[in-house]
Parts: sequence; C-alpha cells; structure tokens
Amino acid sequence: MKAKKVQPAVLTKCATGIQGFDEITRGGLPEGRTTLVMGAAGCGKTVFALQSVVNGARLRKEAAIFVAFEESSRQIVVNAATFGWDLPHLEHSKLFFLDARLSPDIVTVGEFDLAGMLAVLGAKAKEINARRIVFDGIDVLLRLLDNPSAERIEIYRIRDWLAETGLSGIMTLKVGLPETDQHYAFLQFMVDCVITLRQQVVDGSAFRTLRVVKYRGSGFSADEFPISLTDQAMQVTNRGPIELVYPVSDERVSSGIPRLDKMLRGGYHRGSNVLISGAPGTAKSTLAGLFAAAACRRGERTLYVSFDEGPQQIVRNLGSVGVTLGRHLKSGILRMYSTRTRGPNVEDQFSDLRARVLAFAPRCLVIDPLSALSTKLAHVASADAAQQFLDYLKGEGITVVNTSLLDGIQTSEATSAGISTVADTWIHLSYVANEGERNRALTIVKSRGTGHSNQVRELTLSDEGVTLTDVFTAQGKVLMGVARWEWEQHERATEKRATEATDLNRLQLELAQAEAVARKKVVEVEMEARRAEIAVLSHATGSASRLLSADRAILRTMRHADEDPGARRTRASVAKKARAPRKS
Amino acid sequence: MARSPSDTGGLALRLYVAGSAPNSVRAIANLRALCEEHFAAATTVEIVDLLQEPERALADGILVTPTLLKLSPPPTRRVVGNLSDASKVLLTLVGT
Repeated sequence: MKAKKVQPAVLTKCATGIQGFDEITRGGLPEGRTTLVMGAAGCGKTVFALQSVVNGARLRKEAAIFVAFEESSRQIVVNAATFGWDLPHLEHSKLFFLDARLSPDIVTVGEFDLAGMLAVLGAKAKEINARRIVFDGIDVLLRLLDNPSAERIEIYRIRDWLAETGLSGIMTLKVGLPETDQHYAFLQFMVDCVITLRQQVVDGSAFRTLRVVKYRGSGFSADEFPISLTDQAMQVTNRGPIELVYPVSDERVSSGIPRLDKMLRGGYHRGSNVLISGAPGTAKSTLAGLFAAAACRRGERTLYVSFDEGPQQIVRNLGSVGVTLGRHLKSGILRMYSTRTRGPNVEDQFSDLRARVLAFAPRCLVIDPLSALSTKLAHVASADAAQQFLDYLKGEGITVVNTSLLDGIQTSEATSAGISTVADTWIHLSYVANEGERNRALTIVKSRGTGHSNQVRELTLSDEGVTLTDVFTAQGKVLMGVARWEWEQHERATEKRATEATDLNRLQLELAQAEAVARKKVVEVEMEARRAEIAVLSHATGSASRLLSADRAILRTMRHADEDPGARRTRASVAKKARAPRKS
Repeated sequence: MARSPSDTGGLALRLYVAGSAPNSVRAIANLRALCEEHFAAATTVEIVDLLQEPERALADGILVTPTLLKLSPPPTRRVVGNLSDASKVLLTLVGT
C-alpha cells in the first residue's frame, strides 16, 4: 500500500541525541523544518549540528548531508575524530559532506541564487535517502549575496525547499558583532526554531551556554543552560525533569564497617547518596575505600574517582589500614579514575564523569573528594552541574559515596556546596583534641529514611583495619584514645573495689544471720527446759497435798478419832483439787 | 590598454546554469553578447545545466548559479552572478 503523504497534524521531532538537549526541547528539533543555530566563533555551533546528524546516522540510521561553507570536509572529519566519531566510515553510507567553501578568487558580477545548489543537494538527498541536512556557516553564503532582499529571498528558498523535500534542516550562523546581529535579525523570524550558543569568560574561565530562543509549535525551556564540550562532544546540563521520580530501594549496602552498618540499622540505602565530610586526615578516604572494597567483595562493579591523587597511591594508603583494593583492580570489578581539578568550570568535569559512569556502568561509585569540585561551585551553573550529576546517579540507582573537605559542620559552608541537601546520609568525621592527643570521632549527621544512632563513636585505624569504639563521656567531655583507656582503667578499678566491698558486706550479713539462727535455737531449747521444769514443779506440788490428806486420814484412823462431818467435806474437796492438775 | 581582448586565444569557459531560472537565462545572454563583442572564435564556451547534471556541478564545487568558470589559460577564475556588468567580467577574465 502506498503511504499517504499527509503532513502530520502534530509537530514531530527528531532527537539530536545530545545529552540534555532533547529534554529541554521535549524531543529534539522540529522534523521537516528549519532550525537556526546562532553564536559567536568557538561556541560549538558546528559541533551541535554535526553531533545531531552523526547521532541520527549512528543511532537511527538516518542519512544526512552536511554542507560546510567555512571548513573543508577533511578538516571536519579530523575534528570529529577527537569526539570518537568515525566519520570516514559513516561517510560511505550515511553522511555526505559537501565542501562548499567559496574560493577566495571568486568574483561576483550581478545577481545569483541558490537554486542550483538546492538542485544538486536535492539529487544527492534522493540518492542517499537523507533525512537531515546542515548548512554550516550560512553567513558566509549570505555575505556573498551582499543584498538584504536577496538574502531574504534565498533563505525563503532554502526554507521552502526543506518543506518540499521533508528534510530537517539546521543552519548555523556566526554572530557576535552588534551590526551583524542586527543584520540577521530577520532570520529568526523566518525559521521555526532558534538556538543561541554563548561563551563568556568569568574569572578567567570559559563558560558555554545554550538557550532555545524560539520553538514554533512546541513547549520548551527558555533558560540558559550550561553546556560542555569535551571528548564526549557536546552535553547540555539541564536540571533534569521537574518532577523527581527515582526508583527507591529498601535494600541496604554495607558501609564496610560492621559497627557503622549497625548504627545505620543495616548500612546505606541502595542508590542513595552518602556524604562523608571532615577535616583533613580524618579518614574520609578510608571510609570511602572500605565502602568500595565491600562493594567489590559483593561482586558489584565499582568506580573510584579521585582528584589530585593517583590510583597507586590510594591503593597503597588504603592497604596500610587493611583495605585491599589491588586484587579488585586486577579482576576488573573495580576501576579507578584519577584526574586533576581544573578551572572553575566544572561542567566539563561532570560530563566527563558521566561519560565514564555510562561506559563502566558501576553499581557503586566513590568520588574522593567531591569538594575538589564543590569548592568551585560558586557559580550557579556549576552547582547545577553537581546537583544534576548526583540526580543522574540516583536515577540510575547507583550508590555513591562522596567525601567532602569540611572543617566543621557549618551548614552555611555545606549548603553553599549544595551537596548536603542532596545527600541522603551525611557522616561527619572530626578530631577531638584532649589531653595532648587528637582522636577521630564519627557522627551521623543525618540519614534519610532510616533510624540511626546519634551517638558519637571513636574511629580507630590500625594495621588490622578500621573499627568504631564507644566513647566515654565524663565531666561533660568526650573521652577518646589514651584518655578513654585511662578512664576505662579507672572504671575497672572502681568496679573491682565495689565488688570487694559488696562481698565483705555479704559475709558480714551472713554471719549475723547465722548468729541469729543460733540464738533462736538456744531460746527454743531454753523454753523446752523451762516447760519441763514447770511440769516437774506442778507434779511435785500435787503429790505433796495428796500425801498430806492421806497422811491425815491415816493418822485419824490410827487415832480412831470420831468422824467430823466438816472435816470429811474438806477432805473431799482437797482430794478433788489434787486430782485436777493431773488431768491437765 | 596593455592587451587587446583578441590576444587571448584559447580561452575556455564553462557556465553553470539552473534550467531557466531568471538569473541563469540572463547570464547566458550576457555571456553570448560579451563573447561576440570581445573574444575571437577560438573561445570555447560550454553551458552546463545543473538541474540535468548535478554530479558535474558537485565535481566542480558549484553552489550558486549562475557560475562562470575560466578553465584556461591560467590562472583559473570563478565568476558568480548574471554577468550584468560586462566590463567587470572582462577584467576578471583577461585582466591580470
């Protein structure tokens, strides 16, 4: 079936593949229309145009024509090689370069037009089935026309030709001088999309920016965005999507120190952003190294980025505290990248890092120290770059440990770097100086989404490794090192003395108890004896009175006395009385 | 005048045009008049229609039309435009 050639009602876009640019324009450049890229010399106009057609050819297999008015096609191929683009290979099938430099001996006599050029290009476009075309340095051509109305006519001609052929066009235009800017103002009204590139020098450092000035039929972000031109070609730093959407994980990854994991209730969150701050020599790198080593042991690809310190030196230094990275480096699971901090424009450095992360695809990342960059984050653009980079890592679910050189937890200092707000976990290392020595103290300043110990711990480094120790607080002071040891000794002695005192006390009490028991026995025995005595006594009394009355009776009998009834009555009661005690 | 135009024997010219575009038509007419007036019969003029033979235009690096090439004698010259100013064209083709 034949496809209907109806212009789509909705503007379609073709992605440039330029990192960040497709996001701010929500999809790329307008398809089948004209885009004007303006800027002074050295702003990256040619790179922008070339990069978008190279990406189209490489990623989407779309052929393109590149018309160069200023540079020879050979020069462009050589320049492109620095970005790692294999243009000679692409030239065979997907890219056609037209060397359109106007020879210096050219003489203009009378009017001319671009109908011929467009006819040639149209034939070529059909031949290679091109989708895009670049007119690089259109100002050179316009200058040759040397007639404002002719310029206008020819630009219209190009625009109509693009619409006819359905090619997406990019024209680059050199501007910079006020009079030429004025002169080419009409161009901006004629095209569908206008992008300006700018370069400014601040504190001796060059900053490049990109701005979308106009985009017919599409929403776009009109802010000025920093761009970087490195061997990864052009990258636009945008602040990322307005809405923050990250994959969030409950998984924990070890910090490399079991006690610290315990303090954090299991370790760092996977994909989180950890900041380790501290004064020089507080073992920030060691902590970062421990994290890296633990990640490697788990079999996770890890990238260790260091500034101003070479990889061998880091491996050696960490080896001295029992952190071995050498074998992970050999196995390839760990990659170390050491670089120098450069000028205040950290844009390029971040885009460089991003490219390395893309290439190696690590699960864990160490930047030691991030403050090497963050001290230069005075420029808003650069702070954005840092934030955007960290955002990017978060989006990729990469767990990152940054170290930062801070002399104290001064929030103003940390916030100016803009990193502390982005950090999910902030561990601060400090020195506690006491009684002639300095000891390292570790505090968890914050840890998002996880309960954590708020106690200060002492960090001790030895050949065997790194450990965290409880610290003592005494008289309102935190004790560490020898002071802690002394305090421990003192505590132990006090405890011993207390135990001994208690033992003695118990013995004495036991003795007293034993005495009491003994005394109780004595009393019991005595009571028994008394009872017996009483019994004996009462028995004896009863016998005596019976005897008495019996004796009396016997006597009376013996005396043959007459019966005295009163006496008989008395005798009976006496007898009765005498019987009673015996009953009891 | 240092040299007479008739001295320039063996002059070879090639004019690129774009079909019947106004400037192209004008250029052809202007060149014809110029040759008849100033150059000997030895002069060869080739007219190439770019719309018909785009690959030849590419080979010669022709972008704008009309473009007149002076192929010989050296030095080679390139004139763009409809050749409306005859004296300027003459100066370019035969002048030093």
